Amino acid sequence: MNIVQGLKYSNGHEWVRVEGNQATIGVTDFAQSQLGDVVFVELPEDDIIVRAGDGFSVIESVKAVSDIYAPVSGKIVKVNQELVNEPEIVNQDPYEAGWIVAIELTDISELDDLMDADAYERFVAEGGH
Amino acid sequence: MTAKQTPLYQTHLKYGGKIVEFGGWLLPVQYSGIKAEHEAVRTKAGLFDVSHMGEVTVKGSDALKFLQKLVTNDVAKLADNQVLYTPMCYPNGGTVDDLLIYKENIREYLLVVNAANTDKDWKWIQENATSFDVTLANISDQVAQLALQGPLADKILAKLTTAPLEQLKYYWFWPEIEVAGKKVLLSRTGYTGEDGFELYCVPEEAAELWEAIMAAGTGDGLIPAGLGCRDTLRFEAGFPLYGHELAKNISPIEAGIALFVKLDKGEFNGRDALSKIKAEGAAHKIVGFEMTDRGVARAEYPVLVNGRNVGRVTTGSYAPSLDKNLGLALIDAEYAKVGQQICIEIRGKSVLAQVIGKPFYKREGKE
Repeated sequence: MNIVQGLKYSNGHEWVRVEGNQATIGVTDFAQSQLGDVVFVELPEDDIIVRAGDGFSVIESVKAVSDIYAPVSGKIVKVNQELVNEPEIVNQDPYEAGWIVAIELTDISELDDLMDADAYERFVAEGGH
Repeated sequence: MTAKQTPLYQTHLKYGGKIVEFGGWLLPVQYSGIKAEHEAVRTKAGLFDVSHMGEVTVKGSDALKFLQKLVTNDVAKLADNQVLYTPMCYPNGGTVDDLLIYKENIREYLLVVNAANTDKDWKWIQENATSFDVTLANISDQVAQLALQGPLADKILAKLTTAPLEQLKYYWFWPEIEVAGKKVLLSRTGYTGEDGFELYCVPEEAAELWEAIMAAGTGDGLIPAGLGCRDTLRFEAGFPLYGHELAKNISPIEAGIALFVKLDKGEFNGRDALSKIKAEGAAHKIVGFEMTDRGVARAEYPVLVNGRNVGRVTTGSYAPSLDKNLGLALIDAEYAKVGQQICIEIRGKSVLAQVIGKPFYKREGKE
């Protein structure tokens, strides 16, 4: 299982890549492997405001429907439209091409509540919930 | 109740199966992935553990008479070594289960029932047998079952047996032949819409039989296949799944499998009720539908027409062989025509869909 150093991780198995005040968000390799073959991603609209903990997207595999929760609060400024026609990218490249949204952070201190790669690795090893 | 392990539980772990609980059993939902396994069964072959299925034997001079009362299809038309698919109904026409009946001879039959229904069926079968000269046995724990399914199933199995497989036609069986040196009951049956076989053996030999089949088939692209693709395969092929398209409150007529209800065969459980439903027309019907807007329908999602609730989804999924989001739904009969626009309520949103014909998938060369 692949866990990328330098990213932040939520206990909902989302990853966060921070650049300036913008956070790109996706699901982890562990999450995509648990989901299985992703067949549908329901994406949010641009410009909506989300709070940490809000469900903002839904990922569906052949068998499972999973809500994706915002790990941080802010305004959604970018949405990965590639996932509309090629949802399987989430399985193939979860940390890069499989990103879901970018959020303009309203409270950068929320990042402190997230795990680093080592903590996330322990979290998964302990069962991941 | 603790979930049970089949004799192949350790084998599933060894092959990387992702274990889930289904019908009281711990079984792999997938190994390599549902789409890959689905594709393998459609184009090459897949091997399933279906040891969770229940098996009941019915023996005695009244065996035929009893089964004719118990189930809706006509057991009398079975030849020795032939298999019959049939619903089993309550007197009100609701469905107890759907099952396979294997006729060994006029005094001996084997019933294969759904895992989740085994205890209920066993009780029901016993209750109905009181006035018949039959001996019943629930042998579920003494039988393991493997399903080898796919267009190459025949080629793979031929490497493990000297039996003339080309002579075993669809829905026929041999009560005892050798496969990989093990005694099995072999039938040309399955739940995938592909050619294939089901092999019944003693639990002690199931793991060795599995390994022998995998070894014989790996070079042809055989892979282990889990419950996930078993469901998408049967769904595409239009086979009902008990608890979804068939249930206590869904009769075989409503489920669209009236073909397996023989009203003219004589008295049987549910005959009067089913005759009435057939004569008057079912109020609800199972239909197939395709999502025409973006979205995946799932079981229990409401079906709407003009904003009014007209039914519910019974199975909904991405259909790998068709690359479409499809579903089955139980809806008011007046909206059951092919071409009817319906909406599926997905997370509070109304998403467009259209009623289409069933089955969604038919293998080449099959009528």
